[in-house]
Amino acid sequence: MSLDKEYLEYPKRSYGHDHDRFDWSMLTDRPPVTWPDNKRVAIWINTSLQFYPLNQRGLPFKVPNGMTMPYPDLRHFTLRDYGNRVGIYRLLKAFERFGVRPTFAINSQLARDTPYLLEQLQRFDAEFICHGWNMDHLHYGGQDEQEEAELVQRSVETLNSLIDTPVQGWLSPAKNQSWKTPDLLTANGIEYCCDWVNDDMPYAFKTDNGPLMMMPLSTELEDQFIIGQNLHSEDSWVEQIKDAFDFLLEESATQGGRMLALNLHPWMMGQPHRISSLETVLEYLMGHTETWNATAGDILQAFNAQTGK
Amino acid sequence: MKESLGVYDYWPYQERPRIQWPNGAKVAFWVAPNIECYELDPPANPQRKAWPQPSPALPGYTIRDYGNRVGHHRQMALLDKYGIRGSVSLSVALCDHHPEIIQLCAERNWELFSHGIYNTRYTYGLSEEQERDMIRDSIESIYRHSGQKCAGYLAPALSHSEHTLDLFAEVGSELFGDEAGIYTCDLFHDDQPTPVRVRSGKRFISMPYSLEMNDTIVYAVNKVEPRHYCTMLKRHFDRLYEEGQESGTVMCIPTHNYQVSCPHRLKAFEEALEYITGHSDVWVTTGREIAEHYLQHDYDAALADIANKNGSVQ
Repeated sequence: MSLDKEYLEYPKRSYGHDHDRFDWSMLTDRPPVTWPDNKRVAIWINTSLQFYPLNQRGLPFKVPNGMTMPYPDLRHFTLRDYGNRVGIYRLLKAFERFGVRPTFAINSQLARDTPYLLEQLQRFDAEFICHGWNMDHLHYGGQDEQEEAELVQRSVETLNSLIDTPVQGWLSPAKNQSWKTPDLLTANGIEYCCDWVNDDMPYAFKTDNGPLMMMPLSTELEDQFIIGQNLHSEDSWVEQIKDAFDFLLEESATQGGRMLALNLHPWMMGQPHRISSLETVLEYLMGHTETWNATAGDILQAFNAQTGK
Repeated sequence: MKESLGVYDYWPYQERPRIQWPNGAKVAFWVAPNIECYELDPPANPQRKAWPQPSPALPGYTIRDYGNRVGHHRQMALLDKYGIRGSVSLSVALCDHHPEIIQLCAERNWELFSHGIYNTRYTYGLSEEQERDMIRDSIESIYRHSGQKCAGYLAPALSHSEHTLDLFAEVGSELFGDEAGIYTCDLFHDDQPTPVRVRSGKRFISMPYSLEMNDTIVYAVNKVEPRHYCTMLKRHFDRLYEEGQESGTVMCIPTHNYQVSCPHRLKAFEEALEYITGHSDVWVTTGREIAEHYLQHDYDAALADIANKNGSVQ
């Protein structure tokens, strides 16, 4: 039996994207951006602080790096917990040593349940991004709208109640969304989102409740992607980050300021055998005079100031 | 379902008639940038899910969109630097969505060949007539947007039917005679072009398009480190160059701008391009040019030799 004839109909085959969330443009066609003090590469060091529940529901899919064994999967639960108890403090030490101003994307439940950790993070003049409720509360197509609305509101309100400055940014668990997620974000006062990794620079995004900016947080450079999923060595991760920085620095010479978004996971890079690789990377990135290390919000502010947003 | 499609015969690599590429080149080298178009919300195909997550499946869609928004310019700059014209495996809906990219290809005199309409529309479950329509649409779209008469085919997302090759050859002939529909990239059985049997009897060949060297297979499926990809490309080339002293070989690097054009991967790719094009006896060319040369100079000798090796001289 052959497919319905609709399978060969293409109602959205026209200029631009096949959705109306943002305008189509190529990176090279956009006006060049200059970062403060004429720095050429903005470095956004993002650290994702996550709580992986032991009793995960896995709706609608098992989150990457989540539980895989029969309940109770203490093996994966405790290895993720290691990041919040031990690994993060190695990262914080490294940030101090190399003068990094970090951005923390944190599950709101974790922020609520670990006040000591939150207090330590707040000592860093850092920025906090809401990383959803926890790593088993995904946002997805087909999700009940009320359920998701409550989830976004609870996540943003909880984090806002715990930190001094209102949260501007959002990172969905597993960077997954429903069709409504962006609308819910702006309804809850979120100004930028990190889920759409389709660019190397910030760009404007439309929602039912007004504009949202997208701050692409590269998946391809993440520790958990390169080392965890692709099983590359730590040395190769270091090499790949250096290659990325070198490339963006060179590109900035002709095309204006560029952004390197580096996402880290304390449960991975905070391990004793990996922390020196992170130190090597930070030393390299921070050691260039062309580097502007800033939080995601500061980078976006500098970008908006020049592009008239 | 058949045990084998039987579109080509067994033909041992050793003692074949000698292929002589232009200017005594040992290797015909071509780069095939896949310029693809993926839908955020494609219709379901019962035999294959487009995305692992429920729609909207951002993780897969967004990085592929990155290829179109960011990646193409980067690879084009590199290929320009080494004098390489791309032979584009094109999801032709991209002509409608992002014509600026087609314009960039046209400015470089790149070849465009068909990779279906979208890479989220599969051949599985199409009737023969539906697949014929899809292929005709793709060839006509390429002609309408570029004036090129599509020579090659790589089925969308490598989704095939038993008649994919037959249909491509036939539709190419219907539209443009022998100028279109002359090679397929869907067979991975050889390092030289080989004749392929299609039901119309048209002179039709398989073009080596290495999946082993395909950056998506290398990076996403086999999870290879970028610098090691460079090593693989050099070794692959070295052996084909050496063997090319006896008879011309073909090396293809199929790429995707959402893979190779990420900033942490371009250096390794550039090193490989510099290495390969730095050799004297390399014919840096396109898929169509290799196919036309082979059809003109080598195809008949190949048919005779194949028949001879299989003990049934015709």
